[in-house]
Amino acid sequence: MTETKNHKPIREPLFHLAKRDNLPRHKALLIRLAAILVGMLIVCLFGLLIVGWDPFRIISTIFDGTFGTPNRRWDLFEKTAILLCISLAVTPAFRMRFWNIGAEGQTLIACLASVTCMLKIGDKVPNPVLLLIMVTASIIAGAVWAIIPAVFKAFWNTNETLFTLMMNYIATQITAYYVYIWSVPKGSGHIGIINANTKAGWLVSIGDYPYLLNILIVIVMTIVSYIYLNHCKHGYEISVVGESEKTARYIGINVKVVILRTMAISGAICGLAGFLIVAGADHTIIAGSVGGQGFTAIMVSWLAKFNPIAMAFFAFLIAFLGKGAKEITTLTGLDSSFADIVTGFVIFCIIGCEFFINFTIKFRKKEALPGAEAAKAEPVSENTEEQKDAVPETEEKNEEAIPDNDGKEGSEQ
Amino acid sequence: MSEQTASSATAATPNVSGSPVPAIELRNITKTFGEVIANQGINLSVYRGEILSILGENGSGKTTLMNMISGIYFPDSGHIFIDGEEVLIRSPKDAFRYKIGMIHQHFKLIDVFTATENIVLGLNDGRYDLPAYEERVREICGRYGFVLDPKKKIYDMSVSEKQTVEIIKVLYRGADILILDEPTAVLTPQETDRLFDVLRRMRDDGKAIIIITHKLHEVMALSDKVAVLCKGRYIGTVVTKETNEAKLTEMMVGEKVDLNIHRSEPKNPVPRLIVKGLNCKNEDGIAVLKNISFTAQSGEILGIAGIAGSGQRELLESIAGLQRLESGEITYMNPSTEKEENLRNKSPRQIRELGVRLSFVPEDRLGMGLVGNMGIIDNMMLRSYESGRGFFLNRTAPASLADQIISDLQVVTPNAKTPVRRLSGGNVQKVLVGREIASAPTVLMVAYPVRGLDINSSFTIYRLLNEQKEKGVSIIFVGEDLDVLIELCDRILVLSSGSISGIVDPRVTPEGMTLKEQIGLLMTKKVDETAADTAADSSEKPAVADSAAVQTEITPASENGGKEAPNDGNQES
Amino acid sequence: MTLFFSFIRRAVMQGVPLLYGSTGEIITEKSGHLNLGIPGIMYMGAIGGVIGGFFYEQTGADFGLWYVRLFAILIALTCSLVFSCLMGLLYCFLTVSLRANQNVTGLALTTFGVGVGNFFGGSLIKISHADVPTVTLTKTSGCFAKHLGFVDSVNKAAQAGKCPQILAELCQTVFSYSFLAYLSIIIALVAAHVLMKTRTGLTLRAVGEDPATADAAGINVNRYKYVSTCLGSMIAGLGGLYYIMDYASGVWSSDGFGDRGWLSVALVIFSLWRPGLAIIGSFIFGGMYIIHNYIGGQKLFFLTIPKLSMQAQELFKMSPYVMTLLVLIFVSIKEKKEALPPAHLGQNYFREER
Repeated sequence: MTETKNHKPIREPLFHLAKRDNLPRHKALLIRLAAILVGMLIVCLFGLLIVGWDPFRIISTIFDGTFGTPNRRWDLFEKTAILLCISLAVTPAFRMRFWNIGAEGQTLIACLASVTCMLKIGDKVPNPVLLLIMVTASIIAGAVWAIIPAVFKAFWNTNETLFTLMMNYIATQITAYYVYIWSVPKGSGHIGIINANTKAGWLVSIGDYPYLLNILIVIVMTIVSYIYLNHCKHGYEISVVGESEKTARYIGINVKVVILRTMAISGAICGLAGFLIVAGADHTIIAGSVGGQGFTAIMVSWLAKFNPIAMAFFAFLIAFLGKGAKEITTLTGLDSSFADIVTGFVIFCIIGCEFFINFTIKFRKKEALPGAEAAKAEPVSENTEEQKDAVPETEEKNEEAIPDNDGKEGSEQ
Repeated sequence: MSEQTASSATAATPNVSGSPVPAIELRNITKTFGEVIANQGINLSVYRGEILSILGENGSGKTTLMNMISGIYFPDSGHIFIDGEEVLIRSPKDAFRYKIGMIHQHFKLIDVFTATENIVLGLNDGRYDLPAYEERVREICGRYGFVLDPKKKIYDMSVSEKQTVEIIKVLYRGADILILDEPTAVLTPQETDRLFDVLRRMRDDGKAIIIITHKLHEVMALSDKVAVLCKGRYIGTVVTKETNEAKLTEMMVGEKVDLNIHRSEPKNPVPRLIVKGLNCKNEDGIAVLKNISFTAQSGEILGIAGIAGSGQRELLESIAGLQRLESGEITYMNPSTEKEENLRNKSPRQIRELGVRLSFVPEDRLGMGLVGNMGIIDNMMLRSYESGRGFFLNRTAPASLADQIISDLQVVTPNAKTPVRRLSGGNVQKVLVGREIASAPTVLMVAYPVRGLDINSSFTIYRLLNEQKEKGVSIIFVGEDLDVLIELCDRILVLSSGSISGIVDPRVTPEGMTLKEQIGLLMTKKVDETAADTAADSSEKPAVADSAAVQTEITPASENGGKEAPNDGNQES
Repeated sequence: MTLFFSFIRRAVMQGVPLLYGSTGEIITEKSGHLNLGIPGIMYMGAIGGVIGGFFYEQTGADFGLWYVRLFAILIALTCSLVFSCLMGLLYCFLTVSLRANQNVTGLALTTFGVGVGNFFGGSLIKISHADVPTVTLTKTSGCFAKHLGFVDSVNKAAQAGKCPQILAELCQTVFSYSFLAYLSIIIALVAAHVLMKTRTGLTLRAVGEDPATADAAGINVNRYKYVSTCLGSMIAGLGGLYYIMDYASGVWSSDGFGDRGWLSVALVIFSLWRPGLAIIGSFIFGGMYIIHNYIGGQKLFFLTIPKLSMQAQELFKMSPYVMTLLVLIFVSIKEKKEALPPAHLGQNYFREER
């Protein structure tokens, strides 16, 4: 290596990135918490500059807006519940690496199904039966809306992201169509509260808590989802298909069936969310009934790394920020979109921090060998943790060392 | 061949083109990956107007060596000279600058681009003028005799056309040192001949050409000099005219290494798996298995030897239900019910439901056999998760199995839930083999089970296989190390480009050559239809063949070699 | 006949923001990045222009002077470009440098961008303590919406009977738009040319198809991703600017931009990732968006088209998405390689990944 120095200096990158997957859980948690704090810091700065409030006031208002009165608390938990429900819905598909960004449409079409039942048979059947019909209709509607892209993905490998995205707007326009048809008074474009007098198709409130049933249903769904994904054969199949289709075929999983089934479930839970929105909270429908929660849910699911329990936390965080920020705008008379900005800042920070969880930056030592590969082959050992990691790393290189064998199999395909 | 002969061969290397200094010269190149020595003390030189073949078995370090010339790896020590001047090649860009062009096995081409667009991608030479580029491509084609439409899209191309694009790509960049990494592995014989014509024309044009291969007849037909590597070490360079296939084989396989693997006699073998007339095509419609017939018997290890990509993967996957067959029958003799089951074109699940206890350790451990991001327990479940009634997973049985495997096979892991991706190669393999054995198979197929493993782990695997054999399991062992195959297996089936070129009894040394050389010759032998039939017939013979049986094996082989003299044998091209 | 021409004109005006959005998104997607933040970025482009124009108008400059008008345009344009470029940079930083999931980042960007747009659009007066009732940039908008003078004179001539009516209509249909409308077509044509006929385009497409191959060919993959995404964002942002300054006459209304951002994304698929086709596609989409105002009651041979009800309009608004879906399905079944999305769309590139 002494020859190296006689030649012209080599421009090496200062650092290179390496994947890591052995970050202890508490460290990862710490990084995420730090990111949320940084996000809040940006929010405070933004508030200081634009609203003119000091950080303390901003934070206290956010807390007041969310926890200040019982009503606010219930509202907060209801919002969390709906968002969590939709997040749970998209999760099975995401675990399968099926990028379903159509939760918005799947939920909306389910809302529409619920509303249809309320309007058409609201006065013909007793309330429990009506609710049962509504929930069934919603689930079927959501599932159908989700299966359509799944069929095309499974059989023709149609890009599911773009497909589900388009389905959202088709659902929106169909809903807008019916909203006009059913609008009261005619042509106004508003349906208004449905069955306000009979309360037919309204989810019963337990005691004096109007949203309690909503929340309970979602809590149950969270637990069910967790069990389904982690302790059921189906959930296991989903994980295997998501990790490697090759392995799935190797052990005899019918990949197409899993794709269709999982998307049906995904859509069905969206359907349930739609039912909860209509029957449990809004009792009406507009084209924006879901209000972008279908998209927010995707972020929630991803931020929680598809873990239903962590999702509850992130759904709460986003509902909390949104509602708290709205309180600021109510007090100041500013536009309510301030809430989107606040959540945006925090989400960006969390998205960014994932990098530090998944990658490590390895700085090149000054006396390192020239040539990227040469330096890479040397495991950087800074602490004992890295040392542990070093063993599999060299093993990986071993396989690389004999590319003769790996090579041909690939090119045969 | 001894070290002395090797060095004298290097010294005596004649300078074919007459130029005073080699176009490229390597001195004492060494490269290690962790503990594994990929290359040790390699010396090579190629002059302009010369074709050098680098010959070696799989894993002998040929590709690593070439990757160092093309700037993908950087050597640990040693020197590289271009035209007599020492150079440092740190990146593919450096290699370009020294006019070194490498044609990899994996084509780096963009499907939706035309040939020309791919060729000029990344170049920066003034105005972007496609018609002019196409003209230049045509000119290069004309000069060396390529047949290529510059406007054709890559996705419309055959493998050989894609390779042509790769070659033109480096020529276009003005490369005059060309390295081809097993260029013929993907080509038909006709395409190979055409490629060789082109390469000869390039040589006559004054290019220095290095071709990596392990096909002896190609070496003899094409090259001026042959450098032989064996297990990462440099054996020597010889002039093609002054050598023959037997000598080269001897250099390539090296001396027999005694591994002391225990081998017991098969106990009352009965046919367990009968494969008849298997034909299979890959996605490109190229036949990868041609008329494969053999019988695997209980209580024996049937080895499968062959150069990489001769159809080993497809053969095992066909039996496991992962490949669509063109024709052929796979019959399983169920030892418990005495029934014959037809496995043809059945999915792995259907095979399992038939009660066939077939285990398969695939070559791609983390991509196919295991799920890298899951822990050992969850990976144990891959085979068994469906068992048990109901909707829920039962993790207790897999967990105890995982614990058992961890303790029995001494898997080094923090715990049973650590993602297997983070385990070392040997431990990954122990987990995989352990799981496949745990299902009490009657047929066990293993593909390259010791690749990348250290000695201790390898011996653990051999021991496990022998235990299974003694339990009466029929084992099919695809391996690359001939020493291992010879010491471990009861019969060795040799594949050559998708056909069976022979079945050898490793207990018997053939006359006139070593067993390794015999297998080495069979591995590179061309099999025509009749030869394949002969092989198929012979496979029906009892397992423990006497020496006469082996002789009948060899006879067609040598006849065959004679028949195909132009590409084979000692004739110069 | 007049109705027909006025339909075309309205369709074109509807189409221009979509064309900007989809040209920008095509450039971005060609580098392999599915930027679902486009709707947010277009909002940002719009609000950037509004903020710039608002504060300039607040200075009380005399818009009668030509250089003041020019300055107004430049300020609004610059602010718009800066805002959308910042969004592009944020997206790149997260997805290219930090390798975050593209879908999630894009959606977050959209939420954020729409939020910023609506927030400032609704609260600009309050924040700046300005003494005006609404954010109405009539003056700045007037500068942007200026069209060629001779169109009016031709119109007058036609009204006076000095030239045929059809000529005036034709003239109006071709020449009556503001400079941003023409710019959108020029940009789309330039983008089409650059993508298909230049080295830069070839390299960019290579990056989106197979970054590893591009990397091996010595191309700086990340630089191409950054530049194309930021450039794409800026172009998309102009769509928002056009909408607010020309189409909406400088009046900000909350969520007024609607789902045009998503329509732009749809248009990318509809036009098979070709900016040239996107020009035609944008006018078709624009036409779909407003056709319900124009049909109904006419006789088409012997069929009388019924007057459309309000609700039917909503179904008509759905048609661009349905058509896009059909195109998406059709190309994936046909497997025509050129019509498929860039092969690495949506996947981040990490060189050391094996």
